[in-house]
Amino acid sequence: MLTESIQNELIEIVGVKNIQVSNSSLLAYSYDATPGFQSLPDAVVSPRNTEEVARIVKLCNHHRIPITPRGSGTNLSAGTTPLHGGIVLLMKHFNRILEIDEENLTVRTQPGVITESLIKSVEEKGLFYPPDPSSMKVSQIGGNINENSGGLRGLKYGVTRDYVMGLEVVLANGEIIRTGGKLAKDVAGYDLTSLIVGSEGTLGIVTEATLKLIPMPETKKTMLALYNKMEDAAHTVSSIISNRIIPATLELLDQPTLKAVEDFAKIGLPTNVQAVLLIEQDGTSTNVQNDIGRIEAICRDHHAREVTIAQTKEEAEALTAARRLALTALARLKPTTILEDATVPRSEIANMVMAIQSIAKRNRLTICTFGHAGDGNLHPTCLTDIRDTDEMSRVEKAFEEIFHKAIELGGTITGEHGVGAMKLPYLNLKVGSAGIEAMKAIKRAIDPNLIMNPGKMFVFLERQRLVVQK
Amino acid sequence: MKPKEKNDIANAFKENMDYNELLNCTRCGFCLSSCPTYIETNMDETHSPRGRIALMKAVVDGVIEPDMDVKHSLDLCLGCRACEPVCPSGVQYGHLLEQARESFYQHKKTSLSEKFTHRFILNSIFPKQERMIKSTSLLGFYQRSGLQKLTRNSGILDFFPETMKTMDKVLPKVPSRNEMKNRPNYLPPPQHSGMRVAFFSGCLMDTIFLETNNATLKLLQYAGCEVVIPQGQNCCGALHGHSGELEKAKEMARNNILTFENTKAEYIVTNAGGCGAFLLDYHYLLRDDPLWSKRAEEFSMKIIDISSILMKLDFSSNMLKLDEQIVTYQDSCHLRNGQKTYLEHRQLLTSIQGVKYVEMKDADKCCGSAGIYNLLESEMSLKILDDKMRHVRNTNATTIVTANPGCLLQLLMGIEREGLSHTIRAVHIVDLLLEALENNN
Ligand SMILES: Cc1cc2nc3c(=O)[nH]c(=O)nc-3n(C[C@H](O)[C@H](O)[C@H](O)COP(=O)(O)OP(=O)(O)OC[C@H]3O[C@@H](n4cnc5c(N)ncnc54)[C@H](O)[C@@H]3O)c2cc1C
Ligand code: SF4
Ligand code: SF4
Repeated sequence: MLTESIQNELIEIVGVKNIQVSNSSLLAYSYDATPGFQSLPDAVVSPRNTEEVARIVKLCNHHRIPITPRGSGTNLSAGTTPLHGGIVLLMKHFNRILEIDEENLTVRTQPGVITESLIKSVEEKGLFYPPDPSSMKVSQIGGNINENSGGLRGLKYGVTRDYVMGLEVVLANGEIIRTGGKLAKDVAGYDLTSLIVGSEGTLGIVTEATLKLIPMPETKKTMLALYNKMEDAAHTVSSIISNRIIPATLELLDQPTLKAVEDFAKIGLPTNVQAVLLIEQDGTSTNVQNDIGRIEAICRDHHAREVTIAQTKEEAEALTAARRLALTALARLKPTTILEDATVPRSEIANMVMAIQSIAKRNRLTICTFGHAGDGNLHPTCLTDIRDTDEMSRVEKAFEEIFHKAIELGGTITGEHGVGAMKLPYLNLKVGSAGIEAMKAIKRAIDPNLIMNPGKMFVFLERQRLVVQK
Repeated sequence: MKPKEKNDIANAFKENMDYNELLNCTRCGFCLSSCPTYIETNMDETHSPRGRIALMKAVVDGVIEPDMDVKHSLDLCLGCRACEPVCPSGVQYGHLLEQARESFYQHKKTSLSEKFTHRFILNSIFPKQERMIKSTSLLGFYQRSGLQKLTRNSGILDFFPETMKTMDKVLPKVPSRNEMKNRPNYLPPPQHSGMRVAFFSGCLMDTIFLETNNATLKLLQYAGCEVVIPQGQNCCGALHGHSGELEKAKEMARNNILTFENTKAEYIVTNAGGCGAFLLDYHYLLRDDPLWSKRAEEFSMKIIDISSILMKLDFSSNMLKLDEQIVTYQDSCHLRNGQKTYLEHRQLLTSIQGVKYVEMKDADKCCGSAGIYNLLESEMSLKILDDKMRHVRNTNATTIVTANPGCLLQLLMGIEREGLSHTIRAVHIVDLLLEALENNN
């Protein structure tokens, strides 16, 4: 509970319309897209500009009130669940694109802009912002930056990090800093931009970002390769890359995922094959033609049953749009869907796929697989029921095995969804205790009172509070 | 609210809510950008589908109490179901909303004025056509007798929400009582035989919009149908169902099923999107009733919107012609999101010569009418309406077409509010089709 005087101070800063404390509002900001996590904040506050953010942070820092920054709450690692109460800081008023600079090929934007609308706005000027998480219709740029989100075009174009050139950040002590800028080169001091990208709201609040744009590729082709065996599809992925072709998109969907997506989207996806690769290449038309031909041959070498190429732009868009629905579409099959984000080097993708299959079998679970196969980033998704405690304990065990396997293959516990509260117990696996200590030292230096998004990434013994989990 | 009241409501939530359906929501947020109230409140999660589902689940889980704030979030929902077709997980939001509203309805002590509006509109007017006729003839009396003028001058309407005042201005002239009473109950096929269909006349449609019902019957005949209009049918129950009076709605459903079973018709035709979607849903409403569930299923399978059946019967190949004009179409939410019917209207409109069809932006978004929402949540409703009218103006259309009486009234209000009643008209699609057909013969 916030004391009345603190509430009044908050009202004084943001105005009475921008603070919510009703039962229903607190509940509506108690969760994100992660199953199994819920905790109520004490207030929901929506600042209107950077100065207000700074004043709020100072106030909270002084009174040791936790702050959970929140974009659209679509993260999958319990990153915006306010586990320690305090305030949820909404970025909804930061919803303007400030400048599209066609000379320097950059866009300056506020963090509350929806990813898809930013992509569309720059495309109107013939420019390209590649990071396109499946959630782009809902997610905010600020959320993307803080999770360092990837997308369907990650293989060729990289992830959010590769496009963040500069930031305005309100640090945990209320100081406003500006990092980087429109500069193509900048080595003045530590790279704080990179430190903030992927920091999951634990270091400060991003209030503005300068992002890199690139020219729109001339043309694009989209194809589907159908397989009777999952393994063949996985081997194709490694083979395309070892043949030194980098497609823009290289996504994998297994049979149950295909079926669930088709049931919803009804665009004529094949549902009687074991796996499908969705492949896209862009660039100049000769290069695209050339690459698509070579990829098709590689698919056939690996026993693809059929290879089809989308004939129209609409058909191609329907295919990628359908892929984005995979996670939610799978959810209709069972009450609870828990997905993971293990990532391995691309050459190991077939081994990982097989390991997931045998782990599922051993633990008597239904695990579907789809994901950004070209990035080595799979989303094994377990269909289960949170009320079935016996099965849930097997789910936990299976995912632990999957993490260990990923690490063993030279991979990581999360490729793009972040650590948050959900993968906190496993961070050690990837970075080791010395790695965690180094991270904690950075955290303490910037946020000594541990007010920024507490309970995420790692635990500090100094801050313990009973957590309601539902 | 008293603790006991909240407790009772919470228990009703536990009893009524379909928990599997609540769990079906993954909280992915894909529905957010389709929700008019989320957008109008500048992205307030409390007024989003994901938020509302989370509230319902939290009440069942005992995480929060069902207080006035929770109720407000549910009240502000339009029930437009725009969140359904975009949900990849297939969450049946409309059903969840009905269950939650029923839980409040069963135990919430309502304030006098709330009770008055609800009771008055729902129970005294809609269920029985007989009564609807009476009350609309009261309205007719009010309009004809000079009382309307008197009331308007007296300022008494100032005490009602703004929507009520505008509504008063745009309500069509009510037909006389005789016209409403002497309705046909059978129309033979134009040739020897034709498809036998039954017509669901609806309470608003068979009173205030009587002309539109007449036009519908004519079109069905032109298309070659034999039409039965069974006496004894009553209100579809949608308004009751949507505001939580599920028991009452079930009672009406049973009566309608019984009445229509006897007609032996191939299809049951409706011309009101809101009614159609609810009739289609009878099988869900009565799913737990062993005596009725099967019959309800058969009933639901026969429901068809007038535009769909006209397309099925190749009506658009008739010579249809109007004076040159720009026409735009506003989807009825329940026709689109509930009955999944939206292409047919556009196909019919584009088949009329002289019509230049221009699709307005967000034609699939609610107009803010939403049953009696515009009377209960006047402020939100008008915000949504103002956005709608902006999109209408951008099409330069002089005719706005809809397929549901509530939407029609709402758009008439929109036109009136903008002072455009001399340049833009709003019509039900069947009236326009009949005009186009008769214009040519
Ligand atoms: C169906 C579905 C598909 C998805 N697909 C992908 C995918 O393909 N690739 C991928 O990488 N992710 C994916 N995600 C995960 C998620 O959408 C991304 O992590 C996204 O970037 C989160 O954006 P958001 O606006 O919802 O952020 P939120 O969930 O609100 O927040 C995410 C994190 O950022 C912090 N944060 C948000 N805004 C700010 C700010 N202004 N300043 C400081 N901290 C801030 C929060 O505290 C939190 O830690 C998917 C999720 C769903 C539900
Ligand atoms: S209702 Fe559907 S679209 Fe909306 S959050 Fe839930 S699962 Fe996602
Ligand atoms: S029914 Fe309409 S108003 Fe209600 S939550 Fe769904 S989209 Fe929003």
